[in-house]
Amino acid sequence: MPEPVPPALEAAEPILEVEGLSVSFRARGREVPAVASFSCSVRPGEVVGLVGESGCGKSTVASAILRDLGPAGRVVGGTVRFRGRDLATLSPAELRRLRGGGIAMIPQEPTAALNPALTVGRQLMEVPMLHGGASGAEAWARALEMARDVRLPDPERVLRSYPHQLSGGQRQRIVIAMALMARPALLILDEPTSALDVTVAAAVVQLLRELGRRQGTAMLFISHDLGLVLETCDRVCVMYAGEAVETGPTAEVFARTRHPYTRALLRSLPRIGPEADSLLVNGLDGVPPPPGERPRGCGFAPRCAHVAPGRCDGGAVPMLRVGPGPHAARCLRHGEIDWDAPPPRAGRRVPVKPGPVVLRVEGLSKSYAVAGRRVVRANESVSFEVREGETLAVVGESGCGKSTLARVLIGLETASAGRVTLLGQEVQDRPVRARDPRTVAAVQMVFQDPTDTLNPSRTVGRQILRALEAFRVGRSRAERRGRMLGLLDRVELPRALAERLPRQLSGGQRQRVGIARALAGGARIVLADEPVSALDVSVQAAVLRLLLEIQGSERTTLLLISHDLSVVRALSDRVLVMYLGHVVEIGTADQVFAPPYHPYTEALLAAVPVADPRVRKRRVILDGDVPSALDPPSGCPFRTRCRWKDAVPGDLCAREIPPLRALAPGHRVRCHLPDEALAGMEPVFEAVPG
Amino acid sequence: MLRLLLRRLGVLLGAAVALTFVVFWLTNLPPNLERIARSEAGTRISEAEVAGWLERNGYGRPLLVRYGEWLGVLPGWVGMDGDGNPRGRCLRAGDGAGRDAGPESGPESGPESGPESGPEPAEAPARCGLLQGDWGWSRVFQAEVRDVVARGLGHTAKLMAWVLVVMVPSALLLGVLAGMREGSGLDRALSGVAVLTAATPEYVSGVVLVAVFASSATGLRWFNGSATSAMEDATLANFTLPVLTIALYGMGYVARMTRAAMAEVMTAPYIRAARLKGLSFRQVVLRHALRNALIAPFTVVMLQIPWLLNGVVIVETLFNYKGFGWTLVEAAGNNDIDLLLGVSVVSVVVVLLTQMASDLGYALLNPRIRLGRG
Repeated sequence: MPEPVPPALEAAEPILEVEGLSVSFRARGREVPAVASFSCSVRPGEVVGLVGESGCGKSTVASAILRDLGPAGRVVGGTVRFRGRDLATLSPAELRRLRGGGIAMIPQEPTAALNPALTVGRQLMEVPMLHGGASGAEAWARALEMARDVRLPDPERVLRSYPHQLSGGQRQRIVIAMALMARPALLILDEPTSALDVTVAAAVVQLLRELGRRQGTAMLFISHDLGLVLETCDRVCVMYAGEAVETGPTAEVFARTRHPYTRALLRSLPRIGPEADSLLVNGLDGVPPPPGERPRGCGFAPRCAHVAPGRCDGGAVPMLRVGPGPHAARCLRHGEIDWDAPPPRAGRRVPVKPGPVVLRVEGLSKSYAVAGRRVVRANESVSFEVREGETLAVVGESGCGKSTLARVLIGLETASAGRVTLLGQEVQDRPVRARDPRTVAAVQMVFQDPTDTLNPSRTVGRQILRALEAFRVGRSRAERRGRMLGLLDRVELPRALAERLPRQLSGGQRQRVGIARALAGGARIVLADEPVSALDVSVQAAVLRLLLEIQGSERTTLLLISHDLSVVRALSDRVLVMYLGHVVEIGTADQVFAPPYHPYTEALLAAVPVADPRVRKRRVILDGDVPSALDPPSGCPFRTRCRWKDAVPGDLCAREIPPLRALAPGHRVRCHLPDEALAGMEPVFEAVPG
Repeated sequence: MLRLLLRRLGVLLGAAVALTFVVFWLTNLPPNLERIARSEAGTRISEAEVAGWLERNGYGRPLLVRYGEWLGVLPGWVGMDGDGNPRGRCLRAGDGAGRDAGPESGPESGPESGPESGPEPAEAPARCGLLQGDWGWSRVFQAEVRDVVARGLGHTAKLMAWVLVVMVPSALLLGVLAGMREGSGLDRALSGVAVLTAATPEYVSGVVLVAVFASSATGLRWFNGSATSAMEDATLANFTLPVLTIALYGMGYVARMTRAAMAEVMTAPYIRAARLKGLSFRQVVLRHALRNALIAPFTVVMLQIPWLLNGVVIVETLFNYKGFGWTLVEAAGNNDIDLLLGVSVVSVVVVLLTQMASDLGYALLNPRIRLGRG
């Protein structure tokens, strides 16, 4: 029988010590436990990750540390010590000094965390004026300095702006600056990058680490992105159902996983490295139990593949030491499970035999007139074709024109120039209301956030029926009803859900409804715009598998718009990389994900956080934002951020837009780099030997 | 910003024309005109005589033409009366015929504005409508409509100013206090007060206030039950009750709106961020919540103003305060078309102006709109 971890094993005095923290919320007259005897500690300068699916209590821990649980929440047990002081004993004035001064928080949504009615400068100045007693002028100087530290371009102008005038990345930097203004000893980050592009997120994370190291700030890093945690954190704490289930040094936990939940989470992630699968493993079925309905004993037992009835559901499972170092897991069977067993490989997807061309885009351009004269070019002579049954992924940072492309294809916008041939019909100048119902039904869209695209006051079944009516499917109500139930079966939802309202469904279920609705008219082409980025890792895998299955059986063409390159790697046959409205690279997934790359593709790949300690990634940080489409650079659109541009002789990059040149059959790259330079490119991902 | 202003002004003008036309049409329906003819020329005249009278007095022409005349964009009608004297809209000689019919004799009209002293036909302007400043002649008050309306408006402006002075700060305070801690005891108590006052119409609260504070029923007699003397000299004694009656009603509504806005803002992530910066509750409310929470109530306050004009009608009648609402009641009760039209014009303009002020104020308070499209 292994012994529990002794509480104080660490050498340095922790700055934050959470011991046996339990938090409950009052809901409908009863106490619902959200966090149960949670313990962790953070030492000065250390970055500790807190990971888990949504609803497992990560954010509640953060709120409890800051004593900001709201009127319904209450700490019912345990202590939180900051610099040795029990935070429960603080007076209101001391608590205020602690917040912002001692512990600062970077919240999830940077847009919502800034007051829309105050300039960001005012909001930054407030912190030193409050905690350091600075005068207005001093505070302004400090704010300016901080804005430079977080590398905001033109800081004076930024400080005079209102939040809505800044880009998402800039707002996130302001929020970081605000948290660091009073030089806190501990920074709590609640999903700090989940609203950002991968490239921006990578830059923000690097910035945070740098600033943290320089100021000696300890960090508690809350995230559901395991790759980011592996790249950022010294130690990690995996949470499930309100409890810590595995803790230890990050590399050790990822390499020698000792809890079935952690392993299942890791296995749900699509791989992007050398061992990429092109199918998805479903590591984790079901959803976490809602607070209040958590099982006795091991919280993970109902979803665990290794559950031993009678033992795992017997009583509370203690945290057990599982390694030589401070690695612990809450699993009774950690000594019995074969941790080295190879994961069930999904294998590679059988390449689809491409059918006839269903969509051909030739020289498509879309520009908007802004403020009368100025023109924004969202798409510039985009050309490609997609065949039946194929998956084409469109990737790029926000603002690269991928959403505009989708809007033109589906008919929400019309093209400014060029030709779009959809199932043999030219539709470039035909908006959706001018298309006949058959064409409309043939091209459908699955949206990013199913919560926003389902009518909250209509039942799910009614909404699917409405789509069937709009597509003129079925001759009678009864027939349509039958179809609707069939669609629910198709997306693997119980038929009983037809009578439910969207809010009564989970996120994954709602996205399945979105898919069912898109398929209602027998769609030939499905445009999926970030179909899983709003979902938890475990749910993502299941939804993606469903999309693949439907595609396989009905030979639907899938146009996948995504910034998640791991998902793209797993799902797509071919990949189209866009930058500032231009196609910069197109090819099969294998071609695009291996060198030679377009320099932009290389940077995008390098920004992807990889949750696999056996994969070594080359670091290429893409600086700055995408240039404004109002004022694009001359010549190659990417040259302002390109790290390869010195390899091109002369000022060719600044003078001419490179042509799309073929490197291999089906692989084309828009770059001036000479062949030798392209051939010499190293892969971004490499397997660590051993 | 300027373009927004101009566009709003354009909309306002269009709406004003449309609304005054509707009022003009309704007040000029045939039965109304017949009543005027009978009250002016004698109740026992025959149908034919009515038609003749209407014809002689310029009522015989098409509605649109008369609306144009009234507006002052078309030349006023010109004709002859039975004695061969020239008559016309801009001469206004024949109007004196039934001038004593009005039940109330308004304050003395000035020598220039009297009907007898109309200009000679030769000197008379061609157009004399709203745009020329000629609003017509009030039969009830025997005075220029313009003067009657202006006088009433002056009195009402005084009343409304005090109403706003009492209502807005107390409503905002009530709403902010209630909304800053949603669900607290303070919130429940204040919300209860707000609901009670919002649910009590002026004709109830006015009567109750008079009964409690100005009658022998309770013996308090702190205030006057009549506000007639307040027209010249408003004091606490004669003006408190009418002001309070209107203010209470509007206050409850605005306070509820403020509370809702405040409660919503207090749950916003940026309020949490401000709290976690270490700001005290007071600083959070004053610096971060207040401005965002006042955007919605500001609009409501502005939209309340025309709504309060309703209350003015009741309260002015109740307290015998000869303002705008009282004038409206008199004009409507006595079929005084010109006066009714004048009152309507002013109401329309007040409603539209407050709407515009509310839109502009919203833009000023909300930087996203101000700096956005402009």
